[in-house]
Amino acid sequence: MSFDKTKKQAEMIREISGVNPYKCMKCGKCSASCPSFNEMDIKPHQFVSYVLNDDIEALANSKSLWKCLSCFACIERCPRDVKPGKLIDAARQLVVRERDGDYLSADQIPEKLDPELPQQLLVSAFRRYRR
Amino acid sequence: MQRIGVFVCHCGSNIAATVDVKKVVEIVKNEPGVVHAEDYQYMCSEAGQALIAKAIAEKNLTGIVVCSCSPRMHEATFRKAAERAGLNPYMVEIANIREHCSWIHKNIEEATEKAVILARAAIAKVNLNAPLKAGESRVTKRALVIGGGIAGIQTALDIADAGYEVDIVEKTPSIGGRMSQLDKTFPTLDCSACILTPKMVEAAAHEKITIYTYSEVEKVSGFVGDFTVDIRKKARSVDMDKCTGCGVCQEKCPSKKTPSEFNRGLGNRSAIYTPFAQAIPNVPVIDRDACLKFKTGKCGVCAKVCQAGAIDYEQKDEIVTEKYGAIVVATGFDTIKLDNYDEYAYNQSKDVITSLELERVMNAAGPTKGHLERLSDGKHPKEIVFIQCVGSRCSDDRGKPYCSKICCMYTAKHAMLIRDKYPDVNVTVFYIDVRTPGKNFDEFYRRAVEDYGVNYIKGQVGKVAPQPDGSLLVQGVDLLDNKQILKKADMVVLATAIEPDPSVRKIATMLTASIDTNNFLTESHAKLRPVESPTAGVFLSGVCQGPKDIPETVAQAGAAAVKAIGLLAKDKLLTNPCTAKPDELLCNGCSACANVCPYGAITYEVKLINDHGIREERRVAQVNNALCQGCGACTVTCPSGAMDLQGFSNRQIIAEVDAICR
Repeated sequence: MSFDKTKKQAEMIREISGVNPYKCMKCGKCSASCPSFNEMDIKPHQFVSYVLNDDIEALANSKSLWKCLSCFACIERCPRDVKPGKLIDAARQLVVRERDGDYLSADQIPEKLDPELPQQLLVSAFRRYRR
Repeated sequence: MQRIGVFVCHCGSNIAATVDVKKVVEIVKNEPGVVHAEDYQYMCSEAGQALIAKAIAEKNLTGIVVCSCSPRMHEATFRKAAERAGLNPYMVEIANIREHCSWIHKNIEEATEKAVILARAAIAKVNLNAPLKAGESRVTKRALVIGGGIAGIQTALDIADAGYEVDIVEKTPSIGGRMSQLDKTFPTLDCSACILTPKMVEAAAHEKITIYTYSEVEKVSGFVGDFTVDIRKKARSVDMDKCTGCGVCQEKCPSKKTPSEFNRGLGNRSAIYTPFAQAIPNVPVIDRDACLKFKTGKCGVCAKVCQAGAIDYEQKDEIVTEKYGAIVVATGFDTIKLDNYDEYAYNQSKDVITSLELERVMNAAGPTKGHLERLSDGKHPKEIVFIQCVGSRCSDDRGKPYCSKICCMYTAKHAMLIRDKYPDVNVTVFYIDVRTPGKNFDEFYRRAVEDYGVNYIKGQVGKVAPQPDGSLLVQGVDLLDNKQILKKADMVVLATAIEPDPSVRKIATMLTASIDTNNFLTESHAKLRPVESPTAGVFLSGVCQGPKDIPETVAQAGAAAVKAIGLLAKDKLLTNPCTAKPDELLCNGCSACANVCPYGAITYEVKLINDHGIREERRVAQVNNALCQGCGACTVTCPSGAMDLQGFSNRQIIAEVDAICR
């Protein structure tokens, strides 16, 4: 990926998320709160430095993007208003947009339902994949 | 016509790097009234002031303009320099071309143009300046200290030792403050009571100190050197002169279910109580909201058992009015409420406590008699987790944006004391940063780690979940290991942020002392006048000004005392001559000015007025120059333009505006 492109993507992530990653004081409360921490290759608190370093490709290719449950614990508890969950959400949207609008429609849902699935995930899936 | 000299300061490169000072000099030379203009590297230096003095003498200057930094910085300096050179100090004007110009602009051409404009405005004003003479006001040689914690006690002792009368007003029934609630103090681990109570006794016994406990400041009027203060002595329901402090009333009182404020609600107290055994004065108060006699009319046990006959159910609040020359605010702090931090389960579990509560638990006079035990079931804990920065360093709306400063050290203290007394207890501290600047402070923290085996983990805790078995599941992170941590704990201690005591807002309003967005009192200058409020005669001591530990508080308390003593040592103060002055011919007697005057300086008088040959009696405004602080509220309120501020007359201000718009 070219330098300009990654730079532009990092800017887009900041724009979509509305987050100022410079506010992060690296307390780690996001990672301490995350229920998917062990599933993630890039941990929630690391998202901030990836965005700051314009390393969006790694984020886009990470497992974490799809392991985040959008439970918002990190957003609720972040003491610095950085809210890494929003960064993750924005990175995901960036990828989804690149894939040319791979959105979810309501009638696709029932066949995908799994009784173990937390309801919150459904809500966040709609948030993520539908306009 | 004035003969004006203009002096343009480079302020090193502060001004000269952004403003073409030579050009400013050349341009202002042509301004009306200007007979001299020059620039110099540091106008405030001795050499710079000598230049001014020389020009005043040689050019017969009647007024000067100094283009330099903010008048808050050096107006007094240049006024004094002018006065020494024989010029009236009020013939000096400052054009602020640093804060208002060079520091905020980058473009030299634009900044230079603005500097010229600011200089022109000041020159236009000096053209209309008239010499003013400062009056004198008296100094009442007595100080008031608001707050009886370690800050207030130390300030009072230092002022009293210098020979001045001091009154301490404390809202709780005893002096001692937060320090009296602490068990041990860092970094030397001496017992808090052992070093505080002697000071409390010294203050109480000092012939120059009067202590008003269970009292609050109700009203403040007057000004520096001459404040008048109403103090409300709340009804104690106990006669202070008769009570011997035997304590029988507290023992026999049947109402014993009120949460003890002193023990942070961890234990109960009786309705008639002293907050703690070493209270000063050792005279109880009756909490009328809890007392059965006041609630139901039946009881009266305390009166029956009191041998001294000191109980007085009829006692009423009393207002004491006293005059003071100086006021020191020492209102201290409290911990923030944790209602917004549900993730730490403070409101859900008795075993999640604040650090201040732990002080009471560890204290021999506390609710557990000093035994470390879980407050839910009294069991000895095996795993204790400390969480740092709870509500501190938060830029969200739940906490405080500042570092509370004392938590790193007291947590190291707690961890060390627990490991020392109970080697079987594992202690884990979750921290973001360990901040230990201070003499012997970092060594202290390292001792906790190296000698006492306290487990410090870098990373914040996300959640504390009470478990069905009574334990607490702590979910945190080890950022250095990049691992999430799940830890079962028996107790969790929260290093809760501190905030100024809520009472400070009301007090600041009464004193017209400014407070910042966090309710800390503002200093006159953050570096150079750290213990003085911008309100003359009001000084700051302790945490009311900003978070600080005991050594720093005591040092600052002494500094505040010195400033107060410096004021009390004067017999007279020069008053600000820039006071309001009514034009009796224009005044229509409407009272609008008197209604807005915050200092009560305006009264009305019926006077015989000769209005261009028409003689008649009119009701006209009169200004008391000793009371007027020159705020100018009356001048903008007066509908007929009769009120003018000396040194800042309407004409002068319009001339400045005209010069800027020219």
